[in-house]
Amino acid sequence: MNKNGLNEPNKNKILVKKLNLFYKDFQALKNVDLDIKANKITALIGPSGCGKSTFLRTLNRMNDLIEGVKVEGAILLEGENIYEPEVDVVNLRKRVGMVFQRPNPFPMSVYDNVAYGPRIHGLKNKRQLDEIIEKSLHLAALWSEVSNRLFKSALGLSGGQQQRLCIARLLAVEPEVLLMDEPSSALDPISTLKIEELIQVLKKNYTIVIVTHNMQQAARVSDVTAFFLNGELIEFGSTEEIFTRPKDQRTEDYISGRFG
Amino acid sequence: MKPRSSFDKALIEIQEDIFQLANLVEQAIFNAVQSLIKLDPAGAAQVIMCDEEIDELYAKIESKCIKLIATQQPMARDLRIVVTGIKILLSLERIGDHAVDIAQATMCIRESELNRKCSEYLTKMSRIVQQMIKDGLGAYRERDAQKAQEMCTLDDEVDHIFTKIFQLLIDNILADPKSIVQSSYLLYVSRYLERIADHATDIGEAVIYLITGERKKLN
Repeated sequence: MNKNGLNEPNKNKILVKKLNLFYKDFQALKNVDLDIKANKITALIGPSGCGKSTFLRTLNRMNDLIEGVKVEGAILLEGENIYEPEVDVVNLRKRVGMVFQRPNPFPMSVYDNVAYGPRIHGLKNKRQLDEIIEKSLHLAALWSEVSNRLFKSALGLSGGQQQRLCIARLLAVEPEVLLMDEPSSALDPISTLKIEELIQVLKKNYTIVIVTHNMQQAARVSDVTAFFLNGELIEFGSTEEIFTRPKDQRTEDYISGRFG
Repeated sequence: MKPRSSFDKALIEIQEDIFQLANLVEQAIFNAVQSLIKLDPAGAAQVIMCDEEIDELYAKIESKCIKLIATQQPMARDLRIVVTGIKILLSLERIGDHAVDIAQATMCIRESELNRKCSEYLTKMSRIVQQMIKDGLGAYRERDAQKAQEMCTLDDEVDHIFTKIFQLLIDNILADPKSIVQSSYLLYVSRYLERIADHATDIGEAVIYLITGERKKLN
């Protein structure tokens, strides 16, 4: 077994137990139980404000950065509760990285963007850095497009390339889980499909959780789908089942566009 | 405004088109078997001509289904409605083709009389398969899985009559070798009706899938 749980197809990577989250008085997540399988793509769907992005951010404690947030319950990453006080949050976010809705490359070169993570984790060796940069850019299916402009500003790349650069930046620190918050919602259809192809390739080595508003995208890319509504997990199951024969009428109404 | 109301309207329209096609197909079977029983080549020719209308309507409804998949990306029950629609369409179109096969057999029979017993069996078979189509489409309209399943049990009755006809015609050929041409055509016809019952059963299975999302083999 490796750290990503490879060769154990039904292994739970993350177990979420009775998770409640409050923004001051407002309860954004209600008693959520969910298991996220290793090397699978889990899609989180639901209308705006249903708690799916909040849930995603609980998986690497990004909500800790918001004032007044209170979390109850447990999230076990490889069996260890990430909400235990002694957990090193920086290390957690290295293991569980995140890609955001809008590509957010740093205003520096392509090379320095990808080298940023390894450097802050203490890597200084130029040869090793070169290897990591090339490997990460290959993994993010970007190498052929940027290999001749590694030392030019990342801000000159297209939106789709910038998003793949952000993924490469994430991969450079060797995470185990990739969290993606609507990673292609700001991209054109071709760039979107490239990101989707990339996600499919990456699942061989990583566990992926993706929030998307695009039903077709969830259906295309994910193995399992979770439907959230008003902070509750309404239905969770194989993507094929959720999109062809959901059990809950609320899921049916949402995915067939008859919500409200 | 209710979300997806134009899409809902299109789904209903497809369903109504399918009922129209089913009526044409049912009538085609009735006319084909009646032409055979009466040895009426003009009636048989009419059945063959009417198949064009069936094929055109089939293509029109299929195009509507394809357009909905391409433009509306149906999901869940909507997806099952469209997919089931295509499956039912296909079954109806094949049934229509078998009505043509029966009509063509009629045009090949040169005798002035049909074997009486066989004629009775074929009439009965025809009545049952028409009932199966009617019930299958009724189950589709009413979203009634139980009714669809019950309809499929009639397939056994059709198979039973087919076996009887087969034996009857073999006996006829042995007793009177000159009857071989007519008997062969009648055997074909009974086989077409037996296949029509199988297609009707496919419609029942499609209806059950539409309602439950589960695949059930009833044939």
